[in-house]
Amino acid sequence: MTKAKTIIEKIWDKNVVHQEEGKPGLLYIDLHLVHEVTSPQAFEGLRLKGRKVRQPNRTFATMDHNVPTIHQNIVKDEISKLQMDTLKKNCEEFGVPIAGVGHPHQGIVHVIGPELGLTQPGKTIVCGDSHTSTHGAFGALAFGIGTSEVEHVLATQTVWQSKPKTLNVKINGKLGVGVTAKDLILAIIGQQGVDFGTGYVIEYTGEAVRNLSMEGRMTICNMSIEAGARAGLVSPDETTIEYLRNRPYAPKGEEFEQATKDWLNLATDEGATYDRTVEINAEEIEPQVTWGTNPSMCVPINANIPNPDQADNENDKNEIQHALDYMGLTASVPISSVTIEHVFIGSCTNSRLQDLEQAASVIKGRKVHPDVTAIVVPGSQTVKLEAEKSGLDQLFKDAGFEWREPGCSMCLAMNGDAVPPGERCASTSNRNFEGRQGADSRTHLVSPEMAAAAAIEGRFVDVRTFV
Amino acid sequence: MEPIRQHTGLVYPLNRANVDTDQIIPKQFLKRISRQGFGKFLFYNWRYDENEEPRKDFSLNNPKYQRATILVAGENFGCGSSREHAPWALQDFGFRIIIASSFADIFYNNCTKNGILPVKLTDQEAQQLIKNAEASDYELTVDLEAKKVYDREGFSADFDLAAYQREMLLNGWDDISVTLTHSDKIDQFEKTHVVY
Ligand code: SF4
Repeated sequence: MTKAKTIIEKIWDKNVVHQEEGKPGLLYIDLHLVHEVTSPQAFEGLRLKGRKVRQPNRTFATMDHNVPTIHQNIVKDEISKLQMDTLKKNCEEFGVPIAGVGHPHQGIVHVIGPELGLTQPGKTIVCGDSHTSTHGAFGALAFGIGTSEVEHVLATQTVWQSKPKTLNVKINGKLGVGVTAKDLILAIIGQQGVDFGTGYVIEYTGEAVRNLSMEGRMTICNMSIEAGARAGLVSPDETTIEYLRNRPYAPKGEEFEQATKDWLNLATDEGATYDRTVEINAEEIEPQVTWGTNPSMCVPINANIPNPDQADNENDKNEIQHALDYMGLTASVPISSVTIEHVFIGSCTNSRLQDLEQAASVIKGRKVHPDVTAIVVPGSQTVKLEAEKSGLDQLFKDAGFEWREPGCSMCLAMNGDAVPPGERCASTSNRNFEGRQGADSRTHLVSPEMAAAAAIEGRFVDVRTFV
Repeated sequence: MEPIRQHTGLVYPLNRANVDTDQIIPKQFLKRISRQGFGKFLFYNWRYDENEEPRKDFSLNNPKYQRATILVAGENFGCGSSREHAPWALQDFGFRIIIASSFADIFYNNCTKNGILPVKLTDQEAQQLIKNAEASDYELTVDLEAKKVYDREGFSADFDLAAYQREMLLNGWDDISVTLTHSDKIDQFEKTHVVY
C-alpha cells in the first residue's frame, strides 16, 4: 500500500520539476495571476534581457488595486493611470490574456480566478499578492510572491520553494445561525494569534469546513496569510466540483468528468499525518468584531473591549494600549457601543455574490443610519452583473448604500476610496492595520451581515438578534 | 547582470548604523513602474530638504561622489521593509559593492539577486575604511575571486559569502539564468504534466 498523503504533499509531488537534497525544489506553476501593481518591474526585467513569457496561456492579468469605483475610465491619479496603462501594454507585448477596465471579466484578481474556473483543484497558483491564498479553497496550492519571483515565473513558469510543513486546522461541530466563515476565521486568528501559521501551509478540515460553501471556504483561505501562513487550502469535494461545473475556463463534457476523478483523488488520504494539528470548536464561535490594529485583536459582539490592565504581561499591555490609542477606543466598554461613520462591503475576502446576498438579507427595507456613509463594491464585473439581474443593487441603493464598480477600493485605499483620518469603518476586508484604509483611518473587520447591520444602526449590533 | 570579479572604485563613507530600507528609498517612490531611475531618490530624505533642494551638509551631494561605486556603512545595513527597490536604487546610483560589518538578511539576499556584492568585514575593518575615505579620495579594490579587499597603502582584509551566491555574482547570473540551466527538465516535465 502506498503511504497516506495530505493534499499538500500530493500537489508538491505532482509539480516538483527538480529537487536536490537539502535545497529548495523547483516547483512548476500551473496558473500565474498578474495585476498592475507588482508586475511592471517584472515585465521590464524580461524586456531588458530579451526574454519571453514562457506560458502566456497559463498567465492571466486583470486590474484591481488602482481602479476607480465611480467611473472606472476616469483615473485621476497619474501614477495609478500609468500603472494600469503599463499593464495593458505589457500584456499586449508579451501575449498575456488580460481582463482590464471595460472587459466583462475585470475584477479583483482573487475573485475572478475562481469565478472564471481558472482556479482548480491541484493547481499551483501564484500571484504578486499575499492574498493569493484565497484560491486554496479549491484544493489548489496558492501563494503570494515578490516582484523578482513574478519575473522568474513569467520567464520559466517555475519558482524555487522549500517543501512546506503541514498544519491541520480541524474545525469540529457546526457554526451557529448567523455565524459566518468570516467570524470563524477571525475567531481562529483571535484565539491562535497572527503568527500561528508561520512556516506552514494550512489545511482546513472538519465538519464546519465541509459545510461551508465555496464562498465561505474562500473567505477563510483568504485570511490564512493573516495567521502567518503563506497558503491555506481545503481538500476538494462535491461542493468544489459543483461550483466549477460550467465555469468559462473549466473543462467541459467528458474532460470535466475525467478532471472530477483526478480532483477528488487529490483530497487528503485517510490516516495522513500533519506536522501539526490545531482543533477548534465551531459551536462556541459568535459573530466577531475586531477592535485593534491586527486581525487577532477581535472580540465576540457581546463582549467588551479589552483592558490593558488585565493583560498577561507588560508586552501585551503596551500593545493593547497602543491599539486602543490609535483606534480612539475606551477599555472595558461593550464593543456594541462603538459608533461608526463608514461601512465598506467589498474586498477579496467578502465581495462575492453570496456575500452581497447575505449582507442584503439583514437590510429588509431598512435605511442606512443618517451618520453613516456605506458603500458596496462588488468583487468583479460578473458579480456586479448577477447582482443587478436579481435586483440586489436596487435593494442596496433603496436602503441608502452606494453601489460601485468592481475593484479593491477601500480595502487598501490606493484608488482614492479612503476612510478620512480619525473616522471609523466597519469593513468586510482582511486587514485592520494602522493607515490601511487611509491615513489615520480606524478599521473594524466584520462579516458582510455584521457590516450591513452596523450600517443601519450606526454602531455594532448582533445580527442574530437583529430581526 | 554584469559579473563582478575584481572591482576598483571610489569609496563613499556613510558613517551610520541601522540604515533601513525606508531611508535608502522612501515609500513614496514605490508606485513607480520601472526598476531603473531610482538612483535619483536614493537616501532621498537625507539628500534633499523640504523644498527638494540638495542639502549641502549631506556628503553624498558632494559632486565627487557621483562616481563612487563602493559604499561603506555602519552595522545592520538594510534593515526594515523587504522592498527590492533598495538595491535597485543603490545600483542605479552606481554602487556595485556595499561594505558593512553586518547586513539585514533579506537586504543581503536582495543585493546578490540584483548584482550588488555585499561585503561583510569586522567592525574594526569597516571603521578603518570609513576613516580612510573621510580623510581623502580613497580607492579600494574588491577581489571576489580571492575574497579580499585591499588598497594601495597596504590595507587588506578577507571576507566570505555563500558559495552559490559567489558563483552567481562571479558569473553575472541571476536566479532566472540559473533556472534556465534546468530548461530541459522543465520541457520534459511539461510534456506529461496535466493541467485542465
Ligand atoms: S481586495 Fe484588498 S486584500 Fe484583496 S487583493 Fe485587493 S487590496 Fe489586496
